[in-house]
Amino acid sequence: MISIKDVKKIYSSRQGKVTAVDNVNLEITEGEIFGVIGYSGAGKSTLIRMLNGLEIPTEGSVIVANNEVSKIKGGSLRKARQEISMIFQHFNLLWSRTVRENIAFPLEIAGVPKGQRMKRVDELIRLVGLEGREDAYPSQLSGGQKQRVGIARALANNPKVLLCDEATSALDPQTTDSILELLVDINKRLGLTIVLITHEMHVIRKICHRVAVMEGGKVVELGPVLDVFKHPKEEITKRFVQQVTEPEETKETIEHLLELYPHGTVVQLGFVGEAAEQPLITNLIRHYHVTVNILQGKISQTQNGSYGTLFIHLDGEKEELSKAIAYIESQQVGVEVISNA
Amino acid sequence: MLETLLPNVNWEKMIEATNETLYMTAISVVITFVLGLILGLLLFLTAKGNIWENAIVNKVISSVVNVFRSIPFIILIVLLIPFTKLILDTMIGENAALPALIIGAAPFYARMVEIGLREIDKGVIEAAKSMGAKTSTIIFKVLIPESLPALVSGITVTAIALVSYTAMAGVIGAGGLGNLAYLEGFQRSRSDVTFVATVIILIIVFIIQFIGDSITSKLDKR
Repeated sequence: MISIKDVKKIYSSRQGKVTAVDNVNLEITEGEIFGVIGYSGAGKSTLIRMLNGLEIPTEGSVIVANNEVSKIKGGSLRKARQEISMIFQHFNLLWSRTVRENIAFPLEIAGVPKGQRMKRVDELIRLVGLEGREDAYPSQLSGGQKQRVGIARALANNPKVLLCDEATSALDPQTTDSILELLVDINKRLGLTIVLITHEMHVIRKICHRVAVMEGGKVVELGPVLDVFKHPKEEITKRFVQQVTEPEETKETIEHLLELYPHGTVVQLGFVGEAAEQPLITNLIRHYHVTVNILQGKISQTQNGSYGTLFIHLDGEKEELSKAIAYIESQQVGVEVISNA
Repeated sequence: MLETLLPNVNWEKMIEATNETLYMTAISVVITFVLGLILGLLLFLTAKGNIWENAIVNKVISSVVNVFRSIPFIILIVLLIPFTKLILDTMIGENAALPALIIGAAPFYARMVEIGLREIDKGVIEAAKSMGAKTSTIIFKVLIPESLPALVSGITVTAIALVSYTAMAGVIGAGGLGNLAYLEGFQRSRSDVTFVATVIILIIVFIIQFIGDSITSKLDKR
């Protein structure tokens, strides 16, 4: 559906040349929800804007839905853009138009006759759950409702691809979740390919099938979301994964606990998929002569399975301890001994 | 009662002068609106980072606008005498004031249009582009509607400036309340005539301001 080949984007400014996107190659298949994560300035914004021709790559080619968007211009680019719609962090609605008129705007652009336009708008309002707000102006809507208008507007011309530019970054956590659910629903119901950029791993975890991690204009890591969660290779990826698997205060808590429990071992367990649902701790206490103290834990749901971490404190005879750890390892659970007291 | 307070006021003449002032103001506001809107749009669209980015065109329009905005109106009228004679064949009467009024006010309004357009969120223009909108669609369905409150409050301010310009134009023979106040009032030392002409001008200004304000607040859905 989307093919990005050897793409480079260089901006020349007074301070010299800046390479915003550096040799990126990506293939995104039809019906996929593909996430790009990176901190601000990583080039993800430039990358997503090249998918609908708002930015033109300095080198390389971008093909979306059989259109070489990096090359076409004028009428054919405008036509192609009707199949590649976009939603934005700040929604970018026209304040002078009501909800209904905002959603009708892309249909006006596409030259859909008025009767049909109104029918389609009503369908879309139902699809995104905005019944009763048709005649409100954007200023009378909450952030979540505004983004729903943005999504309805983006879907109006039955696009093949939906680009999400930090679509949930301006929303509170609860609203973010409801918008993400809506996106998954649309993806399943309409088979729409979705490309989203974000700096929140939470968003990737919740809805993406595959993820690319960007840093300094390059894609430094790429793969199915669960794999990336299981075995993050790059330092930056590990940091992003920590965003969702470990609460921020974990490090301090662990240090504190190490002081509190001078004996025994603090172990970090990583559960992936099936292993997350087994009674590991029960087995541990039944079969080995160790005491187990659960310090902290969290299980996260991703689109292709669950993933979790658990910090436990083990105490007992040295021999029993190493046997217990060997047992955990045999259960396909990742084990990392944080410290030996 | 009125006759004792304002002994020298000829009401028939006063009404005629008021009509002339209203005529000059109305015609010049309409043409200034259209001309200023076009110039303002050109200034905005040819600026850096915009759809028709063009440094030379932008610089030329910008300089012309600045020059005409800087010339004091009373001097502009005099400077434009040959031009007015050329296109209208006369220097007397309400129509003779129109070229100077429009050339004086349109650049002023063009700047206000430009400022209004610059206040539109760039993201909204980007969104329209991402939907495949043509430039004409962006102008008529995004730029103008989204800046309409600014455009209306700008033309209100411009219209009020135009009322005072008509008074100045009156002094050199264009008719209207300014002409009456100067010739009948000042030069013949009939201060009651000047007073009444001033009051009528003030009423016209207040009415314009009131209409402008209510339209602006009605349009603004932000």
